[in-house]
Amino acid sequence: MAMEMRLPVARKPLSERLGRDTKKHLVVPGDTITTDTGFMRGHGTYMGEEKLIASVAGSVERVNKLICVKALKTRYIGEVGDIVVGRITEVQQKRWKVETNSRLDSVLLLSSMNLPGGELRRRSAEDELAMRGFLQEGDLISGVLVQVSPSLVKRQKTHFHDLPCGASVILGNNGFIWIYPTPEHKEEEAGGFIANLEVISRLRNCIISLVTQRMMLYDTSILYCYEASLPHQIKDILKPEIMEEIVMETRQRLLEQEG
Amino acid sequence: MASVTLSEAEKVYIVHGVQEDLRVDGRGREDYRCVEVETDVVSNTSGSARVKLGHTDILVGVKAEMGTPKLEKPNEGYLEFFVDCSASATPEFEGRGGDDLGTEIANTLYRIFNNKSSVDLKTLCISPREHCWVLYVDVLLLECGGNLFDAISIAVKAALFNTRIPRVRVLEDEEGSKDIELSDDPYDCIRLSVENVPCIVTLCKIGYRHVVDATLQEEACSLASLLVSVTSKGVVTCMRKVGKGSLDPESIFEMMETGKRVGKVLHASLQSVVHKEESLGPKRQKVGFLG
Repeated sequence: MAMEMRLPVARKPLSERLGRDTKKHLVVPGDTITTDTGFMRGHGTYMGEEKLIASVAGSVERVNKLICVKALKTRYIGEVGDIVVGRITEVQQKRWKVETNSRLDSVLLLSSMNLPGGELRRRSAEDELAMRGFLQEGDLISGVLVQVSPSLVKRQKTHFHDLPCGASVILGNNGFIWIYPTPEHKEEEAGGFIANLEVISRLRNCIISLVTQRMMLYDTSILYCYEASLPHQIKDILKPEIMEEIVMETRQRLLEQEG
Repeated sequence: MASVTLSEAEKVYIVHGVQEDLRVDGRGREDYRCVEVETDVVSNTSGSARVKLGHTDILVGVKAEMGTPKLEKPNEGYLEFFVDCSASATPEFEGRGGDDLGTEIANTLYRIFNNKSSVDLKTLCISPREHCWVLYVDVLLLECGGNLFDAISIAVKAALFNTRIPRVRVLEDEEGSKDIELSDDPYDCIRLSVENVPCIVTLCKIGYRHVVDATLQEEACSLASLLVSVTSKGVVTCMRKVGKGSLDPESIFEMMETGKRVGKVLHASLQSVVHKEESLGPKRQKVGFLG
């Protein structure tokens, strides 16, 4: 059995750890961003008393003449074409209420569900009664769900990734990440099951360590982090010093790959 | 307790993992999450401690005040526990929602301290039948991430270790009226011996096995749990079963043995951490609970 107790260590600010020269301009609601009126207002700002004031807590981004404040921690704000992973919270008359880490619960209509077998027909009363059979409270459409902040999921062409380690991930734009064993591997349940459990646990811990260090999540970063974590035991990945080491290595590899 | 809704597939996944001794976060069945302990975080208390166990965050403050001893125990002081489940821990605790859980935890704490050897209450007596020290132990739940009882008991033990009670003398003058004199030196205080203070180990039955230090998701898969209060020598002071499921007497025995084993290691780790913290002296960098 393992038991580790330690004294807490004050976390150094991220910019110090990364050795960044340019510190981000952080603001809180009510802070003045600039008194120069020549700028265009973007999201997260408003004009008051001849100066530009921030309305959310976040970092100031400037693109030429446009100033906006990107909030550090928000609920998910949906956009057309996003992939989301949700959890069913209620079953109602012709629809399901789905929790997607947004301001309000999302609604999934029975008419927009693809019926089993790929039939195309009007939904009848029998379909309504069978709703609980399709999706029940607590359902997630065998795997693990990890909840992270929506701002850390990178927008990409596809969000369904099959990783070479034997597991697949669905990176929902709303911050819900579903990790499950890749379907071909499911057939060899007997011996492969424990290996699957290990891969999924390791991936989960890697994702959590990336999120704790505020790194963007996409298939390459998750894969590099997984590979960097292989020399360590799965449960050690969540220890602060090992987490930092693994994410530092991932960051380096990503920088090398880019430039 | 704060609850999480899980689908059947996730529950099956967790149960299988527990069976294979590989939980969702890679731990074995008898592994604890990383614990952070810090004492002396609240300045206007006699003793305080903060414990972070994964996502569970507990703050304990101990205040020593003068009171009259209880009638049936005139030579002893006593402890009063109060547990506050704050709404910032989880939205379910809003308003009066956290009161039930708070009273349940406080009653458990009363039970485990309700024996002669946990804390030497005679050291808290100032003058028999008239004055004694009453230790008000206040527990604040900052964040709820599963395994509350263990974290709270660790925090209470650390806070009692950190408690410094001012030394007083009772002066009697000629007319017989007593006066209580506080020592001039602010560092002249008595400390409690926490060697026999027990800690709670919660064992949750998941499937056919049991786990130590369950997360919220694992607690949602478990139907029955056993709370075992263990001292540093491995002596069980009290035991309580929670949950709507049933437990086989054999599994109760197994869980108790695991609890004793795990409890001894828990005490040893806590002891070494608080002693290490004390040896760093007043110059150590305090982290506190605001960040």
